[in-house]
Amino acid sequence: MRRYSVFAIAREAMRQHTGWDRAWASPEPKPHYDVIIVGAGGHGLATAYYLGKNFGITNVAILEKGWLGGGNTGRNTTIIRSNYLQDPSAAIYEKARGLYETLSQDLNYNVMFSPRGVMMLAQTEHEIRGYRRTAYANALQGVDTKFITPAEVKKLVPIMNIDGPRYPVLGALWQPRGGTARHDAVAWGYARACSDMGMHVIQNCEVTGVESVSGQVSAVQTTKGTIGCGKLGIVVAGHSGHLAQMAGFRLPVESVALQAMVTEPIKPCMDVVVMANTVHGYLSQSDKGEMVIGGGTDHFNNYTQRGSWNHIEETVRSLVETFPMLSRLKMLRQWGGIVDMTGDRSPILSKTPLGNTFVNCGWGTGGFKSIPGSGWGMAELMAKGESPLTAEFSMYRFREGKFIDESVAAGVAH
Amino acid sequence: MLILTCPCCGVTAEETEFANGGEAHLKRFGPGSSDSEYEAYMFARKNPRGVHFERWRHAFGCGKWFLAARCTTTLEVFGTYKAQTTEPPAEILAKIKARRPEWEGFQ
Repeated sequence: MRRYSVFAIAREAMRQHTGWDRAWASPEPKPHYDVIIVGAGGHGLATAYYLGKNFGITNVAILEKGWLGGGNTGRNTTIIRSNYLQDPSAAIYEKARGLYETLSQDLNYNVMFSPRGVMMLAQTEHEIRGYRRTAYANALQGVDTKFITPAEVKKLVPIMNIDGPRYPVLGALWQPRGGTARHDAVAWGYARACSDMGMHVIQNCEVTGVESVSGQVSAVQTTKGTIGCGKLGIVVAGHSGHLAQMAGFRLPVESVALQAMVTEPIKPCMDVVVMANTVHGYLSQSDKGEMVIGGGTDHFNNYTQRGSWNHIEETVRSLVETFPMLSRLKMLRQWGGIVDMTGDRSPILSKTPLGNTFVNCGWGTGGFKSIPGSGWGMAELMAKGESPLTAEFSMYRFREGKFIDESVAAGVAH
Repeated sequence: MLILTCPCCGVTAEETEFANGGEAHLKRFGPGSSDSEYEAYMFARKNPRGVHFERWRHAFGCGKWFLAARCTTTLEVFGTYKAQTTEPPAEILAKIKARRPEWEGFQ
């Protein structure tokens, strides 16, 4: 792999950009790999990358039924934060946020991480109490957050109307080191680094079955033939239930549609990320100037990668009171992704009933921000059989009643 | 936009008039059941890619619960029926079979 650098740009500028290599190879599958990861989204690629980087396991294939990063990795609102209440969540999300800070250097690929600050608005008395509690919990966890006043909110986001009649802004939980990153670049950067380590990223290769010998996984059947494997990692978000069925077990996961949209591009007007959880609206401005808007999930099971009209209306309507200037903007694009929601709305990184098979799913509406931490923990779990980052996220916690109760604390749209 | 017909009052309306209640025909397990049975009852859902049976409530109408057969990949509604059944009625199964010949049937 030729490294990207300012000198490479200068060199290629001299010769009409004829010297750029392909960022990753497109090999045909080998008959057997030590590890197969199903799903070449952010989480799958990050898992493969840290398997190679931290544990030296590079005889790895990453199978993708569509194109690389074309699922939820390419469909989110790119928010990165780690202001969680419960210790296991804060640990894995803060690990991820920390890794994002140096990810561009690690991968030699600009993921455009922008630690511009994330605020979660408190618009009811209950949210004030909840976020104060989260700020204290974060102080104990070593996560840098604080509760700020409406005046400070207004100073950070001048376009916000803080004394709306229905949902006044009463304060906010502020994480100055949160922010956004370029979602496609995260997938592309990991894919390039994996390919450079000799791993095979195989696109347009759908897994259609899982084979096992005496309770241990032995191979996967795909549209490109049967491929043997020593270990199997299932990292397929909304389609986890489908893959689990092939592997012969059930997951406590339901798939629903989550939507996002962007407005027409405008001049820079907001340089932080704002989350308004009471009204289910998330807002940031992209580098192109579009206002990126996320909302709540639909409430019924759905695999269509498009959402309901009424959710667009609800999301936009609720944001217009807090951001009156949005009412003059045209919506440019809208899209949906299939998110996998677990019973306690926290992820699953776990061994499974099938031997040498591991699952990483259930990230629901909060997957993008956790990609490096999730990959780090999942790689350790797959290589060593256990990881302090993933210990609490076992799929067996539902039987034991050891839930990680974040759905209320995170205040996100569940 | 999903359009459903309430079998209780006969009104056909958009999804905003209804509230989804999750998977239908669950078998209840309570005190005295095993851990795995209770876990399955509480959390393990079929979450199928294709034909799905689910509970709905006509929340902004007659207020009654009913059941619907729907495809989760196309949002096609095969039919709705009364909630007081333990499995889908034959006419609904016939409608699904007509539209999805490869479907394996209710399990």
